[in-house]
Amino acid sequence: MKKRWLCLFVENEIGVLAGISGLFSGKSYNLGSLTAGVTEDRTISRITMSLTSDDRTFEQVKKQLNRRVEVIKVVDYTDVAIHMKELMFIKVSGCSAKDMEEIFRISQIFDITVMDYNRDAVLIESVNTENYNNDLIALLGKCFANRIEIVRGGSVAVEALSITDR
Amino acid sequence: MDITGAELFVKALKEEQVDTLFAYPGGQAIDLFDALYGEDDINVILPRHEQGLVHAADGYARSTGKVGVCLVTSGPGATNLVTGIATANYDSVPLVCFTGQVPTGLIGNDAFQEVDIVGITRSICKYAVTVYKREDLAGIVKKAFYIAKTGKPGVVVVDLPKDIQREYGSDGYPEKVEIRGYKPDCSVHTGQIKKAMELLNHAQRPVFLIGGGVKISRANKEMLKLAEITGVPVITTIMGKGAIPAVHDLYVGNIGIHGSYAANTAISKCDVLFSIGTRFNDRITGKTEQFASGASIIHVDIDAASISRNIAVDVPIVADAKMAIDKLIEKAKPLDIKAWVEQIGEWKKQYPVTMKKDGMTPEKIIQAVNRTFDNAVITTDVGQNQLWATQFLDLNERKQMLTSGGLGTMGYGFPAAIGAQIGNPETDVVVISGDGGMQMNIQEMATAIVYELPITICILNNGYLGNVRQWQEMFFDRRYSSTCMRYRKSCIANCNTPTECCPQYTPDFIKLAESYGAKGIRVTDEKEIMPALETAKNNRKVPTVIEFIIDREENVMPIVPPTNALNNMILESEDS
Repeated sequence: MKKRWLCLFVENEIGVLAGISGLFSGKSYNLGSLTAGVTEDRTISRITMSLTSDDRTFEQVKKQLNRRVEVIKVVDYTDVAIHMKELMFIKVSGCSAKDMEEIFRISQIFDITVMDYNRDAVLIESVNTENYNNDLIALLGKCFANRIEIVRGGSVAVEALSITDR
Repeated sequence: MDITGAELFVKALKEEQVDTLFAYPGGQAIDLFDALYGEDDINVILPRHEQGLVHAADGYARSTGKVGVCLVTSGPGATNLVTGIATANYDSVPLVCFTGQVPTGLIGNDAFQEVDIVGITRSICKYAVTVYKREDLAGIVKKAFYIAKTGKPGVVVVDLPKDIQREYGSDGYPEKVEIRGYKPDCSVHTGQIKKAMELLNHAQRPVFLIGGGVKISRANKEMLKLAEITGVPVITTIMGKGAIPAVHDLYVGNIGIHGSYAANTAISKCDVLFSIGTRFNDRITGKTEQFASGASIIHVDIDAASISRNIAVDVPIVADAKMAIDKLIEKAKPLDIKAWVEQIGEWKKQYPVTMKKDGMTPEKIIQAVNRTFDNAVITTDVGQNQLWATQFLDLNERKQMLTSGGLGTMGYGFPAAIGAQIGNPETDVVVISGDGGMQMNIQEMATAIVYELPITICILNNGYLGNVRQWQEMFFDRRYSSTCMRYRKSCIANCNTPTECCPQYTPDFIKLAESYGAKGIRVTDEKEIMPALETAKNNRKVPTVIEFIIDREENVMPIVPPTNALNNMILESEDS
């Protein structure tokens, strides 16, 4: 089992997303995350999705996606150089003055931004890789147990220009 | 000139050369039916139930090679198509199904007879779409026919809201279609063909395994040629049966859980398995780990997703069967495999697929069908009747069989025959059904009567849902749970044996046939088989129902028990 990434170009039409997510549930494929948005061509949407599967299932997933009439192109991003980021919001509530200080300190070390705060809560924005966001959640979860609210956007990815690392 | 959507719909059907439309009206389709009124070029067939309708369109499509076209209303009209859509799509049958829909402004309002048929059918058809704009209608219909019939054929659902049907707009119909995400492959990879033929030409124990794909691409002649040039024995799936004549010397038999001993053994012992147009469904592979375990496998299929899904393949060739076979023939040469061919012949002789018992066995009935009908379309229902038919029918270019192989839909056989007869008025059409499946779409008897279809309907009546009963007998300790069709409230609980005193069968198929205006013949003795079939064949105005009262506990043999390897077969019933 391995985590994989796919980039899909699909017709920007009603029901296309339902068709793709339905394919995953109907065939019992494990869908991790999925983001969709319209491209520079208004008639085309671009989807970035992650899934965890063995090699054989992954081959099937790609073939089954390609088979769909509304799917224009399927690109495997699993082992290619890409830039990939996920937008995540973390709201920490019930903060004391000391907590606030702690959060601002964390924000200086970690690659995150404090977007908003009031007397007892802080809203953090993190635009990082999925793993980085996972680590951040683990850290904040420990420091502020049961006081954090998380909104994850799912990763979007694009092929790299010059860099060769992921 | 501006015309309504409904008028454009009729124009589009004509542009697509649709000569027959299977249609059942309703509130949200009434404008479409109005546009069809008085239309001479399209034969509108009114079945008695939408499920019968879609199976009829399916039988029409399979037997003629044309696209089957359905038109029904919204809501229940549309949902009644669902089983038939899945049936056709599973067997790669080209259908375009038009469903009426509530006006676009009411969609999502839980309006009367509103269902999301596109959402419901998305996973069981090739493409499903709602027309939201009048100006898109022509393009969508054009696309629908193109998608249904090209590549791996399948079902397309086009949902037509009522306001689109009524709205005026252009009468133009596009000549070309361009879909950027759908490019049916029209090429064959020559490198792979070369590799495949090199493997075949060096084989000691090769076999061809032929599936329904060869028949769908109408490559029967080419397949026969390839087999005859190479001299390689041919095994078929039940969907592939008839791809080469069943009486041909090179034909071994069917593979699968009810395949022949020779075919299953040959697959298990071959060194090169050359498969064309089959998806290695679980019913043919048995235990996959032991399937053709010593063989290099070549797999030709039009659907890339069918390749290496169930069985790992050494040489994949994604191509249309006919195109691939044409290329294979160019490189084909006679193989020196005399010993292997003789060995298979030996297995065939030693363990033929046959029913030895005295009396009126299904084998004798089906052999009589073989003798009586020369140029025929034979449909089957699902269950034992289907398995016997696939075992004993002598299929060839002039005798084709339509059967629900993928979905296994009971109730398919009779309505499919109606469609086949409408599409082939000069051909004899025969149904081989069981007593259970026959009752699932019996209402279509009225359709057969009103359109004067001289179909021969053979009901093999054993008073059981025989295939399930057979499994209960063999693998569930004779616990005949809900499989007796003669059961009545007065019966003893947990009955597991038929006796002389079992209640009378209901319905009386003969009286039922007669009540519709059809001819009914009950056959209880083998001597009556041929005369009954002759009578049916010569009865040209109305359908003939022949009810064959067969042994109640007849089994389909041989059988591969569940989870077993293909060559681990039970060859005979314990009692025979």
